[in-house]
Amino acid sequence: MTTTTSKPEVGHGTAAEKEKWLRAYRQMVSIRLFEEQVNEVYTRALMPGLAHLYSGEEAVAVGICEALRIDDYITSTHRGHGHCLAKGASPDRMFAELLGKEAGYCRGKGGSMHIADPATGNLGANAIVGGSVGIATGAAFAAKNLGTDRVAICFFGEGALGQGSLYEVMNLAQLWKLPVIYVCENNLYNEYTRYQETTAGTILGRATAFGIEAMSVDGQDVRAVNEVAARLVNRARAGVGPAFLQCDTYRYSGHHVGDINREYYRSKQEEQLWKTDRDPILVLAKWLIELSYADAASLDRITAEVRATMESAVKFAIAAPYPNVDEVEKHVYA
Amino acid sequence: MPEREITFAQAVREALAEEMRRDARVCIIGEDVAEAGTPFKVLSGLVEEFGAQRVVDTPISEAGFTGVAVGAAMTGLRPVVDIMFGDFITLTMDQMANQAAKAHYMSGGHWKVPMVMRTTLGATRRSAAQHSQSLHAWFSHVPGLKVVLPSTPYDAKGLLKAAIRDENPVVFFEDKMMYKLKGPVPEDDYTIPLGVADVKRAGDDITLVATSSMVQVALGAAILLEKEGISAEVVDPRTTWPLDEKTLIDSAKKTSRVIVLDEGYGRYGVTAELAAVIAEGAFYDLDAPVRRMGAMHVPIPFSPPLEDATVPTEQTVFDAARRMCKAA
Ligand SMILES: Cc1ncc(C[n+]2csc(CCOP(=O)(O)OP(=O)(O)O)c2C)c(N)n1
Ligand SMILES: [Mg+2]
Repeated sequence: MTTTTSKPEVGHGTAAEKEKWLRAYRQMVSIRLFEEQVNEVYTRALMPGLAHLYSGEEAVAVGICEALRIDDYITSTHRGHGHCLAKGASPDRMFAELLGKEAGYCRGKGGSMHIADPATGNLGANAIVGGSVGIATGAAFAAKNLGTDRVAICFFGEGALGQGSLYEVMNLAQLWKLPVIYVCENNLYNEYTRYQETTAGTILGRATAFGIEAMSVDGQDVRAVNEVAARLVNRARAGVGPAFLQCDTYRYSGHHVGDINREYYRSKQEEQLWKTDRDPILVLAKWLIELSYADAASLDRITAEVRATMESAVKFAIAAPYPNVDEVEKHVYA
Repeated sequence: MPEREITFAQAVREALAEEMRRDARVCIIGEDVAEAGTPFKVLSGLVEEFGAQRVVDTPISEAGFTGVAVGAAMTGLRPVVDIMFGDFITLTMDQMANQAAKAHYMSGGHWKVPMVMRTTLGATRRSAAQHSQSLHAWFSHVPGLKVVLPSTPYDAKGLLKAAIRDENPVVFFEDKMMYKLKGPVPEDDYTIPLGVADVKRAGDDITLVATSSMVQVALGAAILLEKEGISAEVVDPRTTWPLDEKTLIDSAKKTSRVIVLDEGYGRYGVTAELAAVIAEGAFYDLDAPVRRMGAMHVPIPFSPPLEDATVPTEQTVFDAARRMCKAA
């Protein structure tokens, strides 16, 4: 049982390492700019439904998914764009899904909260808070039963700590030593309510009560997240059992795009502090420059390239056709 | 040579054993399914043949292990979940209705959930309000699920094998009062397609559409009716979804009188749906409004005379059918 905050390893200066962290940087920028476009498209009333932005939490999804293989599984949440991108989804098909177009990952039938993609092991985002804890644990059960060494990651917000099914499956996972890692993204708020008002005791204590290896990490530091994730993933892959990782993080925007006036539940100063002092992209950029893995100009170039990709993804999605109405009755049954 | 007869419980077990031998991905997950073989002893012997990795005892966590089955089904296994009493499906509702039923559709057809949930229904076991309900209407209401209601040992084996081979989540309701019922069951491998009704007895004057436990009641009533010179046809839909509307409507058109029998609560239940399908499809051929008989709209009481009053019996069905035929 470990409940300490892990320390990131310092760089070893290898080319592979440089490439890895530049890739992580690009991934985080991709998520940030993807969400920037979502905000834009949403406020222009081009996107139906709801949009829950992942901005601010990029280091969690990227740090974890960088420790995974393409055939490892993830389950995601209503705030799931970051998880999908970090696991390898392509922005154009994601945007198409967000706009309800046939070219989308789910042929337009899932939308923002349900992106799923077998090719990248994405079992699906879930709009029921805590709704995918069983699915992730079941994927780990199948991996173990079928003798593969795949690992399942279950992403959820700290709001899901209120769901009893989480405790049922954590008990099962530890009894059966399943290769599943429960990743709790603690962004401090369940919708419009501070998590302290909804959460008795400690977060990690919930996992350690089952004897599950549990720890917390600075979710704004992608290297720290990745280092601990790699350790837990290897451990799970080797058959040692499940783990629980609390990632302390923050969402920059409202609960969803329309949540504008939010001073009744959190202050502007608090938001600003996270953005200036603990921004995951700035934190990594600073480190990359310190180690001469990049300079300001090369990072700007990455941002410009990503921005162009996101803009063309949006264009693709806007131009893409809606599904034919006869699609409505397809895929109810396999 | 006379056909082999086995019990309903043995038919269920035989279907599972055959499918587990045929396909290594099939596994059983639930409470007391292994050494205990369930409280009804339906699964006795399976853990001895297939081992604890394929007949998996769980904690008392219906939502948890049903969710695990959904994820396992999506990623390569074909789990058969055991929910000891049908009353406990309430605890699995999110996993079944929001996860299993929708994963295929929401993913645009990318993910599939080939799992079966086996559970029970049926009152008159003196088990009171939380161990006696027939809640199959709840699942029948949800697009993406299939619901199977076997009424004989023969149907139980063939339908369960089809359910296990199905690529969708299927809920399989077994009448716990029927486990000891014996009937002819071939030793061979056979399946019964989901969505095909069965005429359990042919007749001309009235159709008794009956599901699960009510099929035996309808057949008993038909014998009483025959003594009165009334010829009753008994039609068993066998699955509430997919539903073989044509067989129900054809029978209604032929006999012109219909009573629909189902052990679920009558209000907003399976009888309402079947009666509506028949009324829409055979209205101009009917001589009387379709009549519905189901469980009374009360929590199922413990006291035997009270409990017995809550479900249709051979006698109450006989009375209702005779009145309907004599009125003409
Ligand atoms: C079972 C359920 N209850 C309520 C909701 C409505 N809801 C959507 S998101 C949310 C808050 C979730 O908070 P958290 O899990 O911390 O995730 P975050 O939004 O902070 O990423 C709520 C209450 C829901 N989707 N599902
Ligand atoms: Mg939260």
